[in-house]
Amino acid sequence: MYSEKVMDHFMNPRNVGEIENADGVGQVGNVKCGDIMKMYLKIEDDVIVDVKFKTFGCGSAIATSSIATEMIKGKTIQDALKLTNRAVVEALDGLPAQKVHCSVLAEQAVKSALFDYAQKRNIVLEGLEDFKPDEDHHDHEEEHE
Amino acid sequence: MNQRIYLDYSATTPVKQEVLNEMLPYFTEKFGNPSSIHSFGREAKQAVDVARDRIAKAIGAKQEEIFFTGGGSEADNWAIKGIVYANKEKGNHIITTKIEHHAVLHTCEYLEKNGFEVTYLDVDQYGMIDIDQLKNAITDKTILITLMFANNEIGTIQPIKEIGALAKERKVYFHTDAVQAFGNVNINVNDLNIDMMSISAHKIYGPKGVGALYIRKGVKINALLHGGAQERRRRAGTENLPGIVGFGKAAELAMQNLDTHITHTASLRDRLVKGILDKVDFVKVNGHPIHRLPGNVNFAFEFIEGESLLLSLDMLGISGSSGSACTSGSLDPSHVLMAIGLTHEIAHGSLRLSIGDFTKEEDIDYVINELPKIVDRLRQMSPLYEKVKGGQK
Repeated sequence: MYSEKVMDHFMNPRNVGEIENADGVGQVGNVKCGDIMKMYLKIEDDVIVDVKFKTFGCGSAIATSSIATEMIKGKTIQDALKLTNRAVVEALDGLPAQKVHCSVLAEQAVKSALFDYAQKRNIVLEGLEDFKPDEDHHDHEEEHE
Repeated sequence: MNQRIYLDYSATTPVKQEVLNEMLPYFTEKFGNPSSIHSFGREAKQAVDVARDRIAKAIGAKQEEIFFTGGGSEADNWAIKGIVYANKEKGNHIITTKIEHHAVLHTCEYLEKNGFEVTYLDVDQYGMIDIDQLKNAITDKTILITLMFANNEIGTIQPIKEIGALAKERKVYFHTDAVQAFGNVNINVNDLNIDMMSISAHKIYGPKGVGALYIRKGVKINALLHGGAQERRRRAGTENLPGIVGFGKAAELAMQNLDTHITHTASLRDRLVKGILDKVDFVKVNGHPIHRLPGNVNFAFEFIEGESLLLSLDMLGISGSSGSACTSGSLDPSHVLMAIGLTHEIAHGSLRLSIGDFTKEEDIDYVINELPKIVDRLRQMSPLYEKVKGGQK
């Protein structure tokens, strides 16, 4: 059902935890559907120097959160904003079709945390002009494969 | 993975060696078609009769009231559709519950699209129906009550005797899906006034792909499959001979071992529940505390999700099941857990462990040792757990 990569990130998730006084915090998903991702960013000079996450959800929700943190750590904000759910799926060597929405959540969790950072700084990030943090990103009907 | 612990007996059971031994000759030397008149056919026919007799005895029925099917879901479909189409001049109303197996629920939903009306009874927090609500739901249009004997997820056993008596008094046919109950509870269809009952072989250490529908003599029901004369012209098709033989043997064994089976599974169940409740906070045991299947345990762990629990257990060789949405392939968690009033959040954290004849005490102790660690690891990762940390815990 899951690739070895997914199982590795599920059993040994990278960057689990919280960051005190984080520069940006984003939370996406909802309890009703059974997954919530919370992402914390530490940003210095437009570079994501640290990232942590907490996730309530299934194996793939935990794995996508974990790999997404690896994929943006050390990256510039602009590079992190380019993270797509498709890239997350590829990095995990694929996800079952009904689990692709977890990768969408991971992408949105990163964007949501960066949006929070931008709000706190009173800046507008290119690519997040139309971002709505409270939107329900957890749409199983529109899974991008 | 050095060992595997199977705790999903409600999903399916292994075939017992005695059952397999009886089945094997019917694949090879005793392969005849029971409808043939030659000696091969007669030998096969006799084996089917023996199996039918064993199953009839197990539930207090007559041999000619047992009809073999391809499993429990087929028996459910047949009972419901067969009754309502045969009796539609009397009425179009069906009564069932919100916690039925999908074989019943989806059949009822299909019939709703075809002119029938269905009442879905509520259940209380333990998964019990309210007999008064059932009484009040019966109208002069009601032709069928289909109500499960015991629930597959939470193990709650319904007051079948009262329901049967009520159905008889109000002259409404009563079908029960006893797939989970058969082999775990003593069932006598006459004492309980059951008109039709679905049972399945693979839940009682028999083979997959064979089940039966008990149909009380005199019940007006349509045939399921048209064709040959098998199953008294009601379910055409050459019989699954080895499967039927295995089902008969499994039913006989289940009745012989019923008391020891119940004692064994219930004592391990109690051990597991106590062991987990002693070690883990924020956990609920679902289902009725007394009226329940002996081997069923259904936990709901707060702040974590069921699929991640199952995966973690599976990594240790422990096999269970969950009612979380992520394991059902749908958006919502199990309809049963929602019907007993659990919030989405808690329903997502459900874990069903079902115990059987081959479960050992050390298996249960292994789970008691490992499961709390898994729950803790997942909670440490959960943003929902932050709020309670340092509180009660």
